[in-house]
Amino acid sequence: MAACSIEDVLAKAEKDEAERLKSITVLKELDLEFDTGNLLAFDKNRVDVHDFKSTSKEEFLRSLARDNTQLFINEVWKRPTERIEDVIVVKLPEATTPLPREKPPPKPKAPTKWEEFAKLKGIQKKKKTNLVWDEVHKEWKRRWGYQRAKDDTKEWLIEVPVNADPNEDQFAKRNNAKKERVAKNEFNRLKNIARAQKLPTPGGGLVPTAQQSKAELTQAINVAKASTASAGKFQESLPKEKAPRNTGKKRKFQPLIGDFTDERQKQLDILKVLGSKKPRIDMTKAVNKQMREEDRESASNARKGPGKKGRKGNMPGKGRGGFKGKGGFSGKEGFSGKGGSSGKGGFAGKGKGRGRGKPAKGQQQNPRSKPGKR
Amino acid sequence: MTHTDGIVKPKTKRAKRFLQGREAKLTENIKNAMIMKGGNTTDTVTQALKDIYALKKPNAVLFKKKNIVRPFEDSTSLEFFSKKSDCSLFLFGSHNKKRPNNLIFGRLFDYHVLDMIELGIEKFTTLKDIKTSKCPEGTKPMLVFAGEAFDFDNEHKRLKSVLIDFFRGPTVSSVRLAGLEHVLHFTALEGKIYMRSYKVLLKKSGCRTPRIELDEIGPSFDFVLRRTHLASDDLYKTAHRQPKALKPKKKKNISTDAFGTKFGRLHMQKQNLDKLQTRKMKGLRKRRGQHVATETAATETAATEESTSPKKLRIDE
Repeated sequence: MAACSIEDVLAKAEKDEAERLKSITVLKELDLEFDTGNLLAFDKNRVDVHDFKSTSKEEFLRSLARDNTQLFINEVWKRPTERIEDVIVVKLPEATTPLPREKPPPKPKAPTKWEEFAKLKGIQKKKKTNLVWDEVHKEWKRRWGYQRAKDDTKEWLIEVPVNADPNEDQFAKRNNAKKERVAKNEFNRLKNIARAQKLPTPGGGLVPTAQQSKAELTQAINVAKASTASAGKFQESLPKEKAPRNTGKKRKFQPLIGDFTDERQKQLDILKVLGSKKPRIDMTKAVNKQMREEDRESASNARKGPGKKGRKGNMPGKGRGGFKGKGGFSGKEGFSGKGGSSGKGGFAGKGKGRGRGKPAKGQQQNPRSKPGKR
Repeated sequence: MTHTDGIVKPKTKRAKRFLQGREAKLTENIKNAMIMKGGNTTDTVTQALKDIYALKKPNAVLFKKKNIVRPFEDSTSLEFFSKKSDCSLFLFGSHNKKRPNNLIFGRLFDYHVLDMIELGIEKFTTLKDIKTSKCPEGTKPMLVFAGEAFDFDNEHKRLKSVLIDFFRGPTVSSVRLAGLEHVLHFTALEGKIYMRSYKVLLKKSGCRTPRIELDEIGPSFDFVLRRTHLASDDLYKTAHRQPKALKPKKKKNISTDAFGTKFGRLHMQKQNLDKLQTRKMKGLRKRRGQHVATETAATETAATEESTSPKKLRIDE
């Protein structure tokens, strides 16, 4: 009796279990392959074409999908779960399907000059705090950057050191030093990049570019010529080679204590200019400028042409405004041979002052005589 | 950003982050897709593109203008777009008399075309036509591929890989159980590929694992495989090359027994046993003269027994 009942109980238990699992079991010829990490399932079973055609396509596909998804979910539910903030989450394994990358893996960066040196000497990087206590301002400030703790360019009082020139501007000196440090840093950064990318960098200052203009080539030649031990003094030039222009001193200054008569004359000239009431105009320069202006305007008018009729009237005011003071004082060179004709110069700098007198040399008449439609 | 000889120096932190997002990394970003139209498109094709864009949001860009490009002939324009928008997947839809309702699925490696597969749409139902409630945007879908062709035919295998790449979604380490709601089912049958998209309903079953019921949502496609442009084997292999840093680090000096006991290995330096720090026993301390000789003899014998080779220590778990 007991034996029967035990067998019965076991049989019943098995049947119950089967019943329960019936809803989630799916019968397949071949097991599916799963890639749980990517939420993938591959069904390799043959899809029966006849079944497909006999029943409705959608129904067939739906039942196939249901079966496959059931198997996948069974697989997922086997994995360990955990509870994060009243949400049940299942941990997924690593993805097994190999998929191509988007970009090639990054190449290791070439070490900079400092990094190489540090490796050689065994210098370790020391972790520093972000903020530093600034005694002067009595607050925590950055170690570097905007409004940093010890910014020597921002000091309002600098003591002149004992051995420094009293007329030197210490503030400007500090600013310039900072600018130089920044430029040097940038230069070194670019050198590091160039070394990393193995770009050709010359020892001197000229970097070779693809297309070089004639001017650049001549400059390169001149630099190469001058870079000998005797600064190019004994370098022969080719038969038709031109001497380099723009060499030599850029400005010539008179010696401080030179010819007294000359200096006296110069001072008197200056006084005369200051004393005279008439403006000083260099006639040739003024006329040339005017001609250029007119050419430019006519060109722009020709371009804009019929489009902008209404505005032409206003344009001249703007165009003339730039004339202020350019024809005026030019020091000792200004007053060329046309001497006393300053009275005739109608182009007295202000836009409205034109047409006061006839322009010298019988140049173009009233500049406003062109067909400017109002 | 200033460009000097190809080196772009970003002027703001935001620009710097932008550039860092685009450069090559060890673990890559999720692949973006660019969805574009060709010179001539039908309503079917534009709807199809919009639906796939909806499936792939937010990792996709839908181009509004038509691009008169032929990807199979000239892919430079595609490569340019990919470089500008940092997308490594593309979907190109077009229509002409010879190839009606054409979709080209493609992917790029290092901004050069890797694979391109052309599929023709034979039957198509849009998202709007199927009136059921949809899944939220951005759910990671489950992908199921059925049919022997996906295993045996080379082109189908590549197509499978491209489709996985396209619809995969972000790589995650764990997923919410209730969030597994979207499934895309691909069936390969007689040269045709049927794509269906279902919403998963988890019903109560007797045991812990729920019973699945499916509800069709989403676009359904009947594709026919047309031309393909597959990458050469060596390019394919280069694309799969993973950096060494990603390989899991092996734990050394740990071994397991047949019974499952875990063993560890310790490597010791050579010890100077004369100067060994042991328990001090006042009575055994060296007395001047007599006891020294016997003492040293005793320590020497003890030393020879202990070896200075690596010892195996038992580690209990």
